[in-house]
Amino acid sequence: MSLITPLNRVLGLGTAAGATQHWWAQRLTAVALVPLGLWFAVSLATLDEYSHAAMTAWIGSPITGALLVATTLSIVYHSWLGVQVVVEDYVHSTGLKVSVLVLSTFAHTLGAIAGVFAILKVALGTP
Amino acid sequence: MAQFRLPANSRVRRGRDFGGAEGATAARKFEVYRYEPGSGENPRVDTYSVDMDECGPMVLDVLIKIKDEIDPSLTFRRSCREGICGSCSMNVDGTNALACIKPVEEVRGVVRIYPLPSMPVVKDLVTDLTNFYAQYASIKPWLEARTPPPPDRERLQSKEDQEKIDEPSACILCACCSTSCPSYWWNPERYLGPAALLQAWRWIVDSRDETTGERLDALEDPFRLYRCHTILNCTAACPKDLNPGRAIAEIKKLMAERQH
Repeated sequence: MSLITPLNRVLGLGTAAGATQHWWAQRLTAVALVPLGLWFAVSLATLDEYSHAAMTAWIGSPITGALLVATTLSIVYHSWLGVQVVVEDYVHSTGLKVSVLVLSTFAHTLGAIAGVFAILKVALGTP
Repeated sequence: MAQFRLPANSRVRRGRDFGGAEGATAARKFEVYRYEPGSGENPRVDTYSVDMDECGPMVLDVLIKIKDEIDPSLTFRRSCREGICGSCSMNVDGTNALACIKPVEEVRGVVRIYPLPSMPVVKDLVTDLTNFYAQYASIKPWLEARTPPPPDRERLQSKEDQEKIDEPSACILCACCSTSCPSYWWNPERYLGPAALLQAWRWIVDSRDETTGERLDALEDPFRLYRCHTILNCTAACPKDLNPGRAIAEIKKLMAERQH
C-alpha cells in the first residue's frame, strides 16, 4: 500500500519541455522524405547505365550530391527521433532505456557522418 | 529483465461450464472472465448458456440474468442500464463497450466477456480505475478564469463557442477509449490516455476558460500527450461515438501553432 496519492503519482516530475519540437521535427523530416524519396527512386531508375563510372558521375553532379546529403540527413534524423519514440514506448527499466537511447544517438550520429562522408568522398574525390 | 512468460495472474485457465438454457431454442453461449486476486488462484473463464428468448437483448441483461439465476458470485459494475453512467464498461467480443448498450445480437458465436484490458482487476469484470480518475483530476477539469463573473449573471458564451464543447462534454468517463489504447497499456502512469486528453481539450476550447496556455503547458511533455501515435483505437471504441483521436490531434495542432 503506497502512501503517495494517485494524483501525486500522475503529476510525477511534471512536464518535460521540447516535446512539441520533437514531434514537429519528426513530421518535417517525414514530409521532406516524400519528395526526396521520390527523387531518389526516379533519378536512380532513369540512369542509362549502372557502371562504376556512371554512378560516380551521378553522385558527383552538384544537384545529386546535395540532394543525396539532404536525403541521408533526413533519414538519419527521422530514424533517430523514431527509435527514441519506440524505445520510450516499450522499454521501461530506466537503466536499459537510457543506455539504448545513448547507443542509438551514437549510432545515428556515426551513420550520418559516415553517409555524408561517403557521398562527399565520391563526389569530390579526384577520379 | 526480459520476461518470456506472462505473470502468473495473467495466465487464464478454462473454468466451469455452468450449462443452463437446456432445451432452449435461442440459447447463446457466454464465456466470462473470472478472477479474485486474493484467492491465490489463476483467472479462469467460466461458460454459461442463456436462453435469449427469456432474456433482454443487451450483454448487461445477460450478465444480470446469470448473476440472478445461475451464479450469484459473478461480479460486475452497473448502474443506469442506458449508456450514460459508464459503469458497465468491459471488453465484449474483443472490443471495449458498455454492456448495457451492446446487443448480444451483434456478436457471432460464443460471446466472450472480459474486463477492460490492461487494468488491474478487483474482481471478475470490475477493474481498478484509480489511476484513470487521477489522470482526469490532473487536467483540472473545471473552469479557471481570473476575470470574475458578472455580478448579476453567469459567464456568457456564444452559441458557436458552446457548440465546440458539446461533443467533448458528452464523455461519460467509462474508460473504453483509454483502455483500448496500446500506448496507454505500455505507459499508463505517464501517458494521460485519450479520455483525459479529450477532457483536457474540452477545457482548452472552452471560450470562458482563461488558462488555455497553462493547460497546453501542462501537456507539453513527451509522455503525457505525445505517446499518442494516432492509431485511433480510442475513436473506434467510444460507445458514445465521440472522437478523442481528433481532440488529441487538435491539441497537437495548437501546440505547433503557438511555436510558430
